[in-house]
Amino acid sequence: MTDVALVTGASRGIGRAIALKLADDGFAIAVNYASSAQKAEAVVAQIVAGGGQAIAAQADVSDPDAVAGMFDAIGDELGPVSVLVNNAGVTDDGLLLRMSADQWDKVISTNLRSVFLCTKAALRSMLRAKAGRIINISSVSGISGNPGQGNYAASKAGIIGFTKSVAREVGSRGITVNAIAPGFIQTDMTASLGADRSDAVAEQIALGRLGLPEEVASVVGYLASDGASYITGQTIVVDGGLAL
Amino acid sequence: MERAEIESKLNELLVEELGLDAEKITPDARFEEDLEVDSLGVVELLMALEDNFGVQIPDEEAESIGTVSQAVDLVVAKLAG
Repeated sequence: MTDVALVTGASRGIGRAIALKLADDGFAIAVNYASSAQKAEAVVAQIVAGGGQAIAAQADVSDPDAVAGMFDAIGDELGPVSVLVNNAGVTDDGLLLRMSADQWDKVISTNLRSVFLCTKAALRSMLRAKAGRIINISSVSGISGNPGQGNYAASKAGIIGFTKSVAREVGSRGITVNAIAPGFIQTDMTASLGADRSDAVAEQIALGRLGLPEEVASVVGYLASDGASYITGQTIVVDGGLAL
Repeated sequence: MERAEIESKLNELLVEELGLDAEKITPDARFEEDLEVDSLGVVELLMALEDNFGVQIPDEEAESIGTVSQAVDLVVAKLAG
């Protein structure tokens, strides 16, 4: 049976690139999305057209019942999840003194609560299989901080602590848990910066440019591969040399 | 389900899902001390009981499970209802 990878927030951006990469690597893909059904179906169609196997899996990953339902559906259609990529995330930036409690809660819930819920759901079958890979998408914002991103940075730093704790909890069962901290990657999320700001950002990056979603996806592919069997609890920074 | 049936099903789960040595499993065997089940293994045991017997075991009741026969007792009590 083909190994199954679930990628949350996979209808666009980094998540989409990860879904396509893991499909190329031979995984059957569950393309999770919250509301962009059309975009998720396009990712599924692209994978299937390339000879791969994929389904779209709708769920608000910050909702426990929705997550349970999604895992049941994936189990029925593709089989148990052996690679989980917790990628779903949002930003809702604002300087702290102007940030509402709702802005805080929304970002923490979508970015961090979702990681807890999906990891918990995935671990059941991984423990049974005594194998599994969990890859959490953090951010350099969670390591270095970023003005206007108190909520986002806290959620992404939370992911790093969560990654290390769970890595220790389940390591004895052959399950690895790692995080990736992308820097500035060309996606809808960073497009809002505008061209001028992007140029200014690029000047602070050793490689002198923003990254591509595929350059994050390739690291996910590696962490999901047999070659990464002895790596766990780590956070791999993929930022072109931004935070040196 | 009869007690004997629960007992034999549980023994099967302990071997197949927790990877325990069938020869060491006796009613009086203690999970942590005799069968070398770690804390995560106890959680796996609870999940196996819940999935296979269709019961719900809250954490406070899980603490009563020290030996194989205590696990059977709990399932018997849960199924009786």
